[in-house]
Amino acid sequence: MPSNPVISVANLAKSYGSTVAVDNVSLEINEGEIFGLIGPNGAGKTTTMECVQGLRRPDGGTISVLGLDPRRDETALRRRIGVQHQEAQLQKRIKVWEAMDLWARLYPQVVDPDELLGLLGLESKRNSRFMSLSGGQKQRLFIALALIHDPEVVFLDELTTGLDPQARRAIWGLVTDIRGRGKTVLLTTHLMEEAERLCDRVAIIEHGRVIEMGTPRELVRKHCPERGVFFTGAGGGISQRLESISGIRSAHTEGEAHTLRGEGDDFVTNVIRFIAQEGIHITGFRTEIPTLEDVFLKLTGHGIRD
Amino acid sequence: MLQGFWKLTWIETKVFMREPMGVIGTLVIPVLLFVVLGRALGTGEVGTVAEQAPFNVPVLAALFIAVSAVISLVTIISIYREGGILKRLRATPLSPVTILGAHVIVKLAFTMAGLALLVVAGRRVFPGAMDADLPSFAAALLLSTLSILSMGFVLASLVPTARFAQPLAAALLYPMIAISGLFFPVEALSAPLRVVALALPTTHAVTLMEGVWDGAGWNGVSALALVVFFAACTALSTRVFRWE
Ligand SMILES: Nc1ncnc2c1ncn2[C@@H]1O[C@H](COP(=O)(O)OP(=O)(O)OP(=O)(O)O)[C@@H](O)[C@H]1O
Ligand SMILES: [Mg+2]
Repeated sequence: MPSNPVISVANLAKSYGSTVAVDNVSLEINEGEIFGLIGPNGAGKTTTMECVQGLRRPDGGTISVLGLDPRRDETALRRRIGVQHQEAQLQKRIKVWEAMDLWARLYPQVVDPDELLGLLGLESKRNSRFMSLSGGQKQRLFIALALIHDPEVVFLDELTTGLDPQARRAIWGLVTDIRGRGKTVLLTTHLMEEAERLCDRVAIIEHGRVIEMGTPRELVRKHCPERGVFFTGAGGGISQRLESISGIRSAHTEGEAHTLRGEGDDFVTNVIRFIAQEGIHITGFRTEIPTLEDVFLKLTGHGIRD
Repeated sequence: MLQGFWKLTWIETKVFMREPMGVIGTLVIPVLLFVVLGRALGTGEVGTVAEQAPFNVPVLAALFIAVSAVISLVTIISIYREGGILKRLRATPLSPVTILGAHVIVKLAFTMAGLALLVVAGRRVFPGAMDADLPSFAAALLLSTLSILSMGFVLASLVPTARFAQPLAAALLYPMIAISGLFFPVEALSAPLRVVALALPTTHAVTLMEGVWDGAGWNGVSALALVVFFAACTALSTRVFRWE
């Protein structure tokens, strides 16, 4: 992994009145990395992002993006970053092509607007007014506007909220392409599957603090190492020998149905090897492998947020 | 430096024209007001609109155009702010001056269009009554509108939500017309109210436009007052203006 921090945030703090939105957040995001901020509603993800973009004035801490101070070097930074906000709007009666045309005028170098609209499935909406777009189409337009100048750093706040599965996949493809061109992406999402697929690293934020950070794999391994294997199959008297499988923590047998729980990356492989050695005739087989979502719920609890 | 200024201005013009109510409010209503009042107050004979009416109807119509532009500006800015449009535009290389200045240009352009319509309508309905120095009058109206618009930005910072923007702006601006000296002299007001009236751009706008319309020429004091007011409100806006 390249170790050239494109975004570095140190001890960032931001309150709204008595509400502490961001509390001592520090992050280093490297060039060519897709970095995800995940956390419950109101955790402070958007506030963190908007401080990094220079749209909010932090109460404390230091931020550097592409070596620039987001507030002091606002103008220089604006040309080099692309942003998509969580709940943005445009002029109700602006047409899609007009917005693209205006944005294209603002940057020295832009990609072909029509091609971008095509990639986002908006070519038939070129002449539609903003107000007549569906929620997902608006979202896609904002992503197009964020990408029109092929920025060095892209900020995507809840990039696929409200999108159908096709659009979501198209956007995952776009984001991966951005990284492929050496650009850096900072995103937030509530879809753990999305974070797991897209992000090189994630930070879990709760109550304005980073409570955990790492690659999705690392986090799963660290916090949810347990694996489950469920199989049914004929094979006499194996229940005692199940305990010999390496990594096993518990085994439960009911007739021909076996429920095994264990730890370690190799646990499932070990079970399969055991089944092969025992010559068991399998009639059903299922595994339960924890995901980032399990880590998320384990670390942030199951209660709903205000 | 002001990258995208004309493009944004043109887009805002088109966006504004796509909303029928806005165009009717700024272009049609003042002309209707002018024609109806002129008919009702004048004797209907040639050249009577200015002389016989108890106040200067063309100046009232022009002031109405300016005030409509300001109310429209306050409404648009508060809607843009509430919807996060201002925030979205700010996240681009567009400068704050460009984002807000585009609206000023659009409003000034529509003010001139309103005046043109007024003159065309006036020439047909009250022939002979419109022989004032129109280029000077247009300039006086532009200066007046600009000055009142600068107050619009301060106002737009104060309105709590977009829903209240229009009624609040109207509730503030229409009484300003009432005490502007158009219907009765400012001297007839009670002392405290007179101070208020003299501190308002609408009062100076009326003095300036009446002078130009009547052929008395530019009232330097009023023109200066409008410029000072513009400078003060613009300076104040840069401090109090809220983008979200
Ligand atoms: N403009 C504001 N004024 C006052 N409080 C705010 C403002 N914006 C955010 N907050 C508060 O700051 C906290 C963090 O909000 P933020 O929008 O950063 O959360 P988030 O992690 O993005 O949440 P979500 O997942 O719901 O988008 C919340 O408690 C929120 O109520
Ligand atoms: Mg958010």
